Amino acid sequence: MKKTTMKMRQLITNIIVHVFLAVLGFIWVLPIFFVILTSLRKEAGQYKSYIFPRAYTLDNYKKLFDQASSLTFGRWFINTLIVAIFTCIFSAFFVLCVSYVMSRLRFKMRKKFLNIAMILGMFPGFMSMYAIYFILKGFGMLEAGPLKLVALVMVYSGGAGLGFLVAKGFFDTIPKTIDEAAFIDGATKWDVFRKITIPLSKPIIVITILNAFMAPWVDYIFAKVILGQDRKYYTIAIGLWTMLEKEFVEYYYTQFFAGCVLISIPIAILFLIIQRFYVEGVSGAVKG
Amino acid sequence: MAGKKKKSSSMNTSIRDVGFRTAFIKGNGITKLSAVIFGLGNLLHKQIIRGLIMLSLEIAYIYYMISFGLNSIKNFITLGTKVQEEVFNEAKQIYEYVTGDNSMLCLLYGVITIVLTLGFILFLITSVKSAYGTQKKIELGKPVPTFKDDLSSLLEQNLHKTLLFTPMIGVLCFTIIPLFFMALIAFTSYDRNHQTPGNLFSWVGFDNFIALFSKGSKLSHTFWPVLGWTFTWAIFATFTCYILGMLLAMLINREGTRFKGFWRFIFVLSIAVPQFVSLLTMRTIFNANGPVNVMLRQIGVIGIRDSIPFFTDPLLAKITIICINIWIGVPFTMLTTTGILQNIPKELYEAAKVDGANAFVTFFKITLPYMLFVTTPTLITAFAGNINNFNVIFLLSGGGPETLDYYYAGKTDLLVTWLYKLTITNKDYNLGAVISILVFIIMATLTLLTYRRTGSYKDEEAFQ
Repeated sequence: MKKTTMKMRQLITNIIVHVFLAVLGFIWVLPIFFVILTSLRKEAGQYKSYIFPRAYTLDNYKKLFDQASSLTFGRWFINTLIVAIFTCIFSAFFVLCVSYVMSRLRFKMRKKFLNIAMILGMFPGFMSMYAIYFILKGFGMLEAGPLKLVALVMVYSGGAGLGFLVAKGFFDTIPKTIDEAAFIDGATKWDVFRKITIPLSKPIIVITILNAFMAPWVDYIFAKVILGQDRKYYTIAIGLWTMLEKEFVEYYYTQFFAGCVLISIPIAILFLIIQRFYVEGVSGAVKG
Repeated sequence: MAGKKKKSSSMNTSIRDVGFRTAFIKGNGITKLSAVIFGLGNLLHKQIIRGLIMLSLEIAYIYYMISFGLNSIKNFITLGTKVQEEVFNEAKQIYEYVTGDNSMLCLLYGVITIVLTLGFILFLITSVKSAYGTQKKIELGKPVPTFKDDLSSLLEQNLHKTLLFTPMIGVLCFTIIPLFFMALIAFTSYDRNHQTPGNLFSWVGFDNFIALFSKGSKLSHTFWPVLGWTFTWAIFATFTCYILGMLLAMLINREGTRFKGFWRFIFVLSIAVPQFVSLLTMRTIFNANGPVNVMLRQIGVIGIRDSIPFFTDPLLAKITIICINIWIGVPFTMLTTTGILQNIPKELYEAAKVDGANAFVTFFKITLPYMLFVTTPTLITAFAGNINNFNVIFLLSGGGPETLDYYYAGKTDLLVTWLYKLTITNKDYNLGAVISILVFIIMATLTLLTYRRTGSYKDEEAFQ
């Protein structure tokens, strides 16, 4: 008798939990659903007095790549891709170098270095933004068009060396005995770095690379300050923001959402790839 | 092995670890002279290439100082004296601009010269130490390392120098110099009335700080409320996401829940959308004429022409922002906590069950303490991140609703978004710099106090 009431209670709790999760899940998916719906809406213009579109179309996606348009989505896409590739190469290299040194090598200034890096890392890059802006301007990096993209790569990857904590946490978990065995066999520290640590650290390398690759796609503020008014050299994020500005919003509103869907898909895929490695990488850093 | 290695090279390290003072005092004439002529000690002892590199660096620095550096130091002290002028050109019969000094560039070049000079001093020390090292080796009858040995040491005992070189140049150029530069602007009068190149600005000492803190001024009437909201926001944003995310992870993780993967996927989906997209979408959804208001009108909760002021009422705007932030932040916490929850030893729960503890007690006695222990560093980083959460505020409310009580800030502006408005929109660069410095002090204290107490800092070798 008692057992059945226990089971009943458990069943009821389970039902409540599932209903609750369903409601929450609905709330979480709703905005994404709204983005997709609006991107397929045929009626142009901003706010409507109804939620579901009256007619559906794929024109918003086609219009994004319309050559005659003054907002050149395709070009922004290529700009962002170029910036992302270079940023990703430089910052992944910086992060790996610094985190390896901090984790595996012992030298005189190490502890001091860690403290300084931690304080500097706390300082949000955003705050030094206008100082960086002046410095780049002082050196004439913000005059001609394409140089702005170079400036952007420099800004994104310049301070990357400070973001070494997660990767360091990962390196910390690789047993030192492996290194020592290699030293006995006559390997130099450089050999160990190149031939043992790097191959063993694939998960963290993939995470570092993908994170660095994603930064330019989603960064708004640095790009806004550095790229200024020159629409030809916009990245995706600022480009899309421009579509919501007063002079464009009526015509480009639905296209804005189409653009959002387009860039969300590759980022979602990248994100799913990262997922496979993420648990290992982060737990390495958190475990301590 | 590592220990053995240390022994064999202990002589070398002891020479390398000698400070500048002892090296200079104990060094012979050549070593002492190396402080004036860089690399002399190396040059005279057959380390030709090393000596030449040091010497050429010295010459390059001296050339820079004579051709440019000394002048830029002078300009740095005055921040420019010649204002841009309009001069009437008789021949052409028009007014022409005569370019004057640009205070901003004076400051920038001054900073660069100072940094180069610091580098020069560093080289002076290296030169003396290196000369002393060579001198010592000769006295002891040890072989003097050739240039080739020096190069190969860069892959062995000096590997850290090799690997750190480029990243540190990056950090120097894009973090340290900008910080230094910005900190200096806080002590100048670089505001909208002193814009370069048309006008000059000058050093004003602590005037800007005094202006910000002086009682009754509009600035201090803005600063304190904005600071208060920044902290309120950071606390609420951090803990709502942390607690709700953890609860969600536990709900999905519990025994009776089916389709675990499906539920996780649903919530993780929102992370896959870039943040600025979801923020801008949310802004649209909660707008006066956005879907939420439209829906409420259709259901009949509010009148046909009414709308709930999600972003235009100060208090409601703050609540809306915190709620939207939950939508954005909870999945992240859920992800990180899921893994950790699975690591909690099952026996603890079984023991609790035997003792007759209910769900609440197990949560507060087992789950929460364990989670807090593991995630403190994450929590601190999240808190610090929220103090500086520019994106959420800027893209959602833009700091609005605007108010006349504040100096160019809205009711939901954080210190960082206020800083943005002061600098980018209003060009009060000096005030912006003051606020940056204050935020920096807050953040640095916070992290140093808390982070250094955590396990992952104290105990970094635990897993080696």
